Amino acid sequence: MQQLISFTSDYTRYVLKGGTKFYAWMGSLAVLIIGMMYVFYLQNTEGLIVTGMTSQIHDGLYFANLVFLVGVAAGAVTIVFPAYVYHHEGMHKVTVLGEMLAISAVIMVTMFVFAHMGRPDRLWHMLPLIGIYNFPHSMLGWDVLVLTGYLILNAICGFYYLWVKYTGGEINKKFFMPLVYISIVWALSIHTVTAFLISTMPARPMWFHSMMPIRFIATAFAAGPCLIILAFLVIRNNTRFWVDDSAIKLLTTIVTWCLGIALFLTMSEIVVELYARTEHANGLYYLMFGLHGLTNLVPWFWGAVILMVVSFVLFLIPSIRNNFKLLPIPCTMAFAGIWIEKGMGLIVPGFIPTPIGEVTEYYPTFVEWLLTLGIWAFGFFILTILLKGAIGILQGEIKYGAAK
Amino acid sequence: MTIKETPQACPAKEHPPACTTPASADPAASAPKTSRRDFLKAGGMLSLSSLMGTAALMTQSDDAEAAAEWGEHFQKNYRLMTDAEKAEARLRLERRYSQEYGKQVTVDTTDAQPGVLMGYALNIRKCIGCRRCVHACVAENNQSRGTRPGEKIEWIQVLRMERGEFSKDKMGHGYPEGLGIQVGGNAYTPAGQVLEGQYHYAPEAVPEKDATYMPIACMQCEKPPCVKVCPVRTTYREADGPVVIDYNWCIGCRMCMGACPYWARRINLTTPVLPKEEMNPVTHYLGNRPRMRGVVEKCHWCLQRTRHGRYPACVEVCPVGARKFGNLLDPESEVSKILERKNVFRLKAELNTFPKFFYFYD
Repeated sequence: MQQLISFTSDYTRYVLKGGTKFYAWMGSLAVLIIGMMYVFYLQNTEGLIVTGMTSQIHDGLYFANLVFLVGVAAGAVTIVFPAYVYHHEGMHKVTVLGEMLAISAVIMVTMFVFAHMGRPDRLWHMLPLIGIYNFPHSMLGWDVLVLTGYLILNAICGFYYLWVKYTGGEINKKFFMPLVYISIVWALSIHTVTAFLISTMPARPMWFHSMMPIRFIATAFAAGPCLIILAFLVIRNNTRFWVDDSAIKLLTTIVTWCLGIALFLTMSEIVVELYARTEHANGLYYLMFGLHGLTNLVPWFWGAVILMVVSFVLFLIPSIRNNFKLLPIPCTMAFAGIWIEKGMGLIVPGFIPTPIGEVTEYYPTFVEWLLTLGIWAFGFFILTILLKGAIGILQGEIKYGAAK
Repeated sequence: MTIKETPQACPAKEHPPACTTPASADPAASAPKTSRRDFLKAGGMLSLSSLMGTAALMTQSDDAEAAAEWGEHFQKNYRLMTDAEKAEARLRLERRYSQEYGKQVTVDTTDAQPGVLMGYALNIRKCIGCRRCVHACVAENNQSRGTRPGEKIEWIQVLRMERGEFSKDKMGHGYPEGLGIQVGGNAYTPAGQVLEGQYHYAPEAVPEKDATYMPIACMQCEKPPCVKVCPVRTTYREADGPVVIDYNWCIGCRMCMGACPYWARRINLTTPVLPKEEMNPVTHYLGNRPRMRGVVEKCHWCLQRTRHGRYPACVEVCPVGARKFGNLLDPESEVSKILERKNVFRLKAELNTFPKFFYFYD
């Protein structure tokens, strides 16, 4: 107990200390978070009418970000898997950082769930025992289950590891390793179930195909590591913690090939859908070329294609891939491209046209953008705290008894 | 927002006759007449008690509203409520609505009757596209009437289709777009798409020469995809057929809206705009009682009527008798006879949702 109290206080004290850069970063995030709180209040007093969503297009920016961030959370497994299954040295050192990323991503997902719901005050209706949980029928029920499980698994694995480092004890492998292996499989499950969430609806032909889960996982294992690489480069440049080159290089390799597979799957979908060009291809056609004169998403789609293809080519060039000054460029491009492709580019055209053939468009409002930005800011806020604390412990700067 | 206003004095006596007449100049006024008759009959008994009730409401004023809201936050899913809890919820709602809308509102909780399986049949050859069913439905079922986008909710759409789509002078138009290589005449016609709100067409007279009509609404599927995806089981199939929603349990996740192949469900993006004088005070708990912000709603075959042996409002108002409603378990019912003798089909039958809403033609 004594140890736990000193862990909490040491951790908090370490995390709160920082230079001007740190406070400026956290401060600007805090401003966005306050803005987010205000629009969330607005949305829950006025209703979803302050968003661009309608009865025709009833999932928008929030749902898109939710889907994308589940992928980012699952992407953490690209660190855990090589570290524990292939015993990759460089990865092993930074596993806990990946787990911290997963935790913050799942927290963001939860917040997007709240943003998406029409009645967040009734979320308890979903809780087992006090509410009703439509299990096993509801895919959303499964999604909540696997996401909660993933959050708990990562919190336990991550903080147990940090705790052991802090107290200077030995890791209890009998307890720890099974959890790690479970969390690896579990990471796949969260994104698979999220894909099933939308691909099990025959009412939405654009989503109704069995390629969805593998496409989700391929894009997740490209976007997730991209963010991790960026975080690692920031950490290398701004802290005394050194992330090995080998870790970053392995992540780059994973990103490259997952991105390649993702592009291949996108191409397959386009060929299959547009070759026959049935009415079921209308969603994709709207996305690529517009429908009935409405072309809102066309620049988004082609933007995403360009970002993904160019970043894939850049990743293939060794002089760029191995140059850590240039590496952030393709990483950012791939991350943005996948954010569009799996977010707005996947969710919105699923509703266009509607099941009765109605072609309408979706314009996210300022409220939606600010709320989305605020949730991302909150996620980065949490991520910064978690990474800073974790690095402090890994570096031995926070240690039990050291403060006295 | 008219809904949150404080109650007016003596509402129950003043409003009913006015409010049961729909605002639209609807020629088929049989629906309002019945409810008016009910009202006048009950009026004598109600006059004294409603005065007392109004007095009680006035003294409590906001307390009733606050108490209702507080109680509603913690009530169970309707299906799990005991009879006592249902009665309590009903009373709470009746008091709340009566106060909000300034008239005596009843919230029916009649259960499904044994031996009944509701079914619906629509003669697409007869439909003239007058959209009276749409307006009658809005008036009967207390849908939101607002003018801002997203505030206006209609459960029925009458899809208007060009009759001359395949006429001779149109041959050679349409596809192939762009890269088409076909020469000579062709029978391409545009795929069945409409722009947003095109089913809100307003012709000078119906039927239009160049159009046919296809009304759709909730199909009350036997295997409803919306029910399967609901994470909290707030939407379910009642024993007599209709798929209903417990509005107080809905979390507004909109999964059901994504799963519905008929686009039958609507989300209340904001507190529904329901003027006091237009509010229909005869409601059912699972049916047309006023909804709140952030929940999903849809057609329920007018449970407040059909559970008491009456036709749904759309059936009653249809001037050409295109809409038929009845008990599928009764071989003598009109619907059963239609299913037996006419050319009948279901919309999107390939999806295996098994609608109880059938289309037929003579």
